[in-house]
Amino acid sequence: MSGVGQETIEEPGLEIDGHGDVLRLVARGSWLIETASRLEDIVARVQPMAQNRAEIDLCQVAALDTVGAWLVHRLQLQLDAVQVKTVFRFGNDKQKRIVEHICKSDAYCDVEPPRESALLKLVEDVGIATVTIIVNFGALLSFLGNVFGRLSRSILDPRRIRLTPLVYQMEVVGLRSMPIVGLISFLIGAVIVNQGAVQLRQFGAEILVADLVSIGVLRELGVLLTSVIVAGRSGSAFAAQIGSMVMREEVDAMKALGINPIDVLVLPRIVALALVLPLLTFFSDVMGLIGGALMAWFTLDITPSQFLNRMSDLSLLNELYIGLIKSFFFAGVISVSGCFQGLSVHGTAESLGRNTTAAVVESIFLVIVLDAFFAMFFTTIGW
Amino acid sequence: MVQDMIIKDQAEKAQDHADDCVVKVRGLHNQFGSLVVHHDLDLDVRRGDILGVVGGSGTGKSVLLQSIIGLHKPNAGKIEVAGRDQALLSDEDKKAARREWGVLFQEGALFSSLTVAQNVQVPLREYFDLSPRLMNEIAAYKIAMVGLPAHAGPKYPSELSGGMKRRAGLARALALDPDLVFLDEPTAGLDPIGAAAFDQMILELRDTLGLTVFLITHDMDTLFTSCDRIAVLAERKVIITGTIEELLAFDHPWVREYFHGPRSRAAQKARRRVE
Ligand SMILES: Nc1ncnc2c1ncn2[C@@H]1O[C@H](COP(=O)(O)OP(=O)(O)O)[C@@H](O)[C@H]1O
Ligand SMILES: [Mg+2]
Repeated sequence: MSGVGQETIEEPGLEIDGHGDVLRLVARGSWLIETASRLEDIVARVQPMAQNRAEIDLCQVAALDTVGAWLVHRLQLQLDAVQVKTVFRFGNDKQKRIVEHICKSDAYCDVEPPRESALLKLVEDVGIATVTIIVNFGALLSFLGNVFGRLSRSILDPRRIRLTPLVYQMEVVGLRSMPIVGLISFLIGAVIVNQGAVQLRQFGAEILVADLVSIGVLRELGVLLTSVIVAGRSGSAFAAQIGSMVMREEVDAMKALGINPIDVLVLPRIVALALVLPLLTFFSDVMGLIGGALMAWFTLDITPSQFLNRMSDLSLLNELYIGLIKSFFFAGVISVSGCFQGLSVHGTAESLGRNTTAAVVESIFLVIVLDAFFAMFFTTIGW
Repeated sequence: MVQDMIIKDQAEKAQDHADDCVVKVRGLHNQFGSLVVHHDLDLDVRRGDILGVVGGSGTGKSVLLQSIIGLHKPNAGKIEVAGRDQALLSDEDKKAARREWGVLFQEGALFSSLTVAQNVQVPLREYFDLSPRLMNEIAAYKIAMVGLPAHAGPKYPSELSGGMKRRAGLARALALDPDLVFLDEPTAGLDPIGAAAFDQMILELRDTLGLTVFLITHDMDTLFTSCDRIAVLAERKVIITGTIEELLAFDHPWVREYFHGPRSRAAQKARRRVE
């Protein structure tokens, strides 16, 4: 056992001497985990003979570890099963201690929990999923009610608003995502012009790229891009931050101190995002238009002033408002699902990971569904 | 003449001990930024000993353990395990060397997606190609060896209590029959009965399997009942290694406060009563 690597492993063996009235089994070589596969074969090949007593002699064994000892024990069990009584002869104290300890530790245990039948499992899964959805929906409703309650109290009594976390969140969520939002919007604006021009050139209507990019960006792309980026960046952060606080019992500590976690953790994030996402959307609109205009200038020779003229002929104010109104709602969806998922973390690190993913997937999904509803709504009212 | 011989004798004895050190740390220096955790730290762990490592929180006990087992690369110093300088090993040698020690992390550090029995089988699978039957049998006796009931085998770590997790972690650490076991505060957070049972089990396993144990602990009872020698970490080094009697006589403010404090006195009293 001592110092694997320095120790040479000897070929293991078992000599069987069935001449006396006691079956003698003399073990040789290394009985170690390294030789376990050969030992298993050797032990399996032992046949009981006429004798009803056996002696397992370990005096010649060069090295013995617990796996070797276990196989010695297995040999003993095997003989026991055919009513052969075994005794051991040990070469030294250490062997004796190990073998006796292993015999004492003989226990059977399952490796995996029992599996149910596939059909039963399916029914169970469906049931659990259904109940989970209903329970989660109920929890979400009660969370929303709670948030609106606290929010209206804060609005009625603005001194209750916690300014420091609010400003901090606005910085983290808004200011720090400006580079990525700006860059992506700029590139998308440019790409739309580039690709739109290929199609519009066939009609000699290159100037219409201004319509394409300004309506597309202001109405849909600016707000969608911003929302998706912020959902990925901040929705996940909300869930992870709040979730890890739940895991470390910080949220329980707040409640015990009489502090409402909704006030401290949730409201600043919701309000911050509601204030910041429209601003970010506006920024994204501007960057998208700049990207489009520059691309038009470089590849289509449409000067910025021509581009602007064309834009001012359109009534773009409505498009801008549509984008900004939508961004306000999307902010609510992203921050509510992030905070809700964070607060629903239970104990394990696994659930933290799962809820963080859920927050992002859920908010992007809801943003797009909501966007489709808004599209129908604004078309119906003729905007 | 006689004195010469005595000195020579002592030197030889010291030499003997030095040769029989499983772990030998010399001049270890660890630093995080400007925070010097260890400076010129020496430590010996003798074969067959249970060495208790104590020290205030944040004195770098865990970092010392991590340095020895190669999870943390020290800034300077030499670390020998089983006579081999850890810094000079190739990756393959390192992997082979890892087989010779088992580590129990502070909270057990079980793989949460595997059951206890599967956790014990992880190192077996990694290093050997054994038959499924033998793998299951090995898992079963290892689980029994650390005093877990058989029904703990198919459970996931999240379904276990703190003490059971620690035991399961130890079963995994012992999977490959290591000579050397590192334990980081194994009884922290356990109830006194569970902690005492854990101490007893460590002693028993050391005696049957001939383990050498490196045991970080804050538990006075563990120090008094299980440890052969104790190393004290303070002022960025090991200020003394010795038996509990030697430590009780040692004159250093922290050591005096630690070993003559109320908790220590209670543990000493308890031990005297047992004896
Ligand atoms: N990865 C790390 N980075 C920076 N500092 C660390 C790191 N790991 C440990 N430390 C610092 O080293 C010191 C010793 O830590 P540790 O060994 O965990 O203490 P303990 O003795 O309580 O186990 C502490 O002050 C800790 O803050
Ligand atoms: Mg520690």
